[in-house]
Amino acid sequence: MSSLRVEGLAKWFGRQQVLYDISFACEPGKVNMIIGPSGCGKTVLLKCIVGLIQPDRGKVFFGDLEFLSAKPQDRQAILRNLGMLFQSSALFDSMTVGENVAFPLRVFTRQSEKQIQDRVAYCLERVGLAGTQDKYPAQLSGGMKRRVGLARAIALNPQYLFCDEPNSGLDPLTARRIDALIRELTQEFGTTTLVVTHDLKSVVDMGEKILFLYEGRAEWQGTREELLGAVETMPPNLQAFLRASGLVEPSKAGKP
Amino acid sequence: MELLLNGFEHFGRYLLLLRRSFTGLLRFRLYWNLWTYESIQMGRDSLFLVAIISFFVGAVTTVQTAYQIVSPFIPKSTIGAIVSTSAILELAPTITSLVLAGRIGSNIASQIGSMRVSEQIDALEVMGINSATYLILPRLFGALVFFPILVIYSCVIVHVGGILAGALTSTVNPTQFGVGARSFFEDFQVVFMLIKAVTFGFIISTVSAYQGYYVRGGALEVGAASTRAVVVSCLMILVADYVLAQLLL
Repeated sequence: MSSLRVEGLAKWFGRQQVLYDISFACEPGKVNMIIGPSGCGKTVLLKCIVGLIQPDRGKVFFGDLEFLSAKPQDRQAILRNLGMLFQSSALFDSMTVGENVAFPLRVFTRQSEKQIQDRVAYCLERVGLAGTQDKYPAQLSGGMKRRVGLARAIALNPQYLFCDEPNSGLDPLTARRIDALIRELTQEFGTTTLVVTHDLKSVVDMGEKILFLYEGRAEWQGTREELLGAVETMPPNLQAFLRASGLVEPSKAGKP
Repeated sequence: MELLLNGFEHFGRYLLLLRRSFTGLLRFRLYWNLWTYESIQMGRDSLFLVAIISFFVGAVTTVQTAYQIVSPFIPKSTIGAIVSTSAILELAPTITSLVLAGRIGSNIASQIGSMRVSEQIDALEVMGINSATYLILPRLFGALVFFPILVIYSCVIVHVGGILAGALTSTVNPTQFGVGARSFFEDFQVVFMLIKAVTFGFIISTVSAYQGYYVRGGALEVGAASTRAVVVSCLMILVADYVLAQLLL
């Protein structure tokens, strides 16, 4: 199982600090979640972890290797073990669905075309989109795009799976389907999954370890059971967040 | 002062992006496929536009040159000499490149800019792919190969336009045009034309890619970057045109 640990991560945009010394460790082989209201720094944190944004301070460990200061070849090795589902799906719109899923295989493996096509078919079937290889992203619905994004993310059998707001903007049924898919893929491939979301229903669906961010600070971390159980002991901001989600009874969650 | 510093900052980032686009190369086949795709897009899709513009530029230059030569002591073949030399040294490479800056430059900037705002560039980076290399290098080499071809093609059509206009208006017949064109021709003029074509191709592809690569925001910013790509490319082409003429002629 692959471990992921963040130590003292801080980020400023100009004079505004958006992340304050965030430290947490992901549960290997499980679905880990970063939750919090919009604008609290969840996506920035995720992008710092995968190297899309350079943090001003802090360390990110994939296994024993520190990612941010790693040599370029070590960084590449980590990145090739990592799949990411973006909020916008980030499918290459000039490529078909099949080409999108095949892309990392073509770039990083020396598989034959037959092997690549078999793997593409498997990944698409796994996300419930068998037979859509020849469609273009523009022909797909939002939910289908997310599933293609997931199929592309798992094409190389990654050890780490990152999902940025995987079900935002989707109808509740599709959102739950995406949650179920992420949970199943995590179990099937044994990936260490980190999901960023503000949707607490997703936490109920798949969260195993949870980090609550509020205004760039890690205010609470624990398991799903702890989150949904002892609400009274939570920080006020988290209580308000839980109450607003409707997942806990108002009486259980104090006022902020 | 702030404008100057801003300009230096952009130039520095442009150079860094260029350097980055030559590192972290992946397998050759990947770039070959992209290069052929980009080259076909740049070349094939520009042929008609370049032909139309070059034809009329040649025709207008012939008619206007004939209009200015009023002395009966100046041979008609001089018209051919002036049109041909202008076509090779200036009209074909510069006018074609200015037109292509609009067509290809805006295309490159909006393609890369759209990829930036829709997180496709982030997706490449997360896969461990150097997005600068992947996106810029094939376009750059496509431009370096196809700009000279398009400029030669344009040069031929400028001559065709000139000869036809001369014949139709009875100002210079094709034989006189040909004699004039040959009388002042030097091999170096073609070399100079090709140097210009390669330089302008480099400017358009890299400046436009730079504008698209650093887009922040959404569709409006992509449109603004596309416009900026055309404006900056055109300005850079004109500056480079003068510098090359000063250095090489």
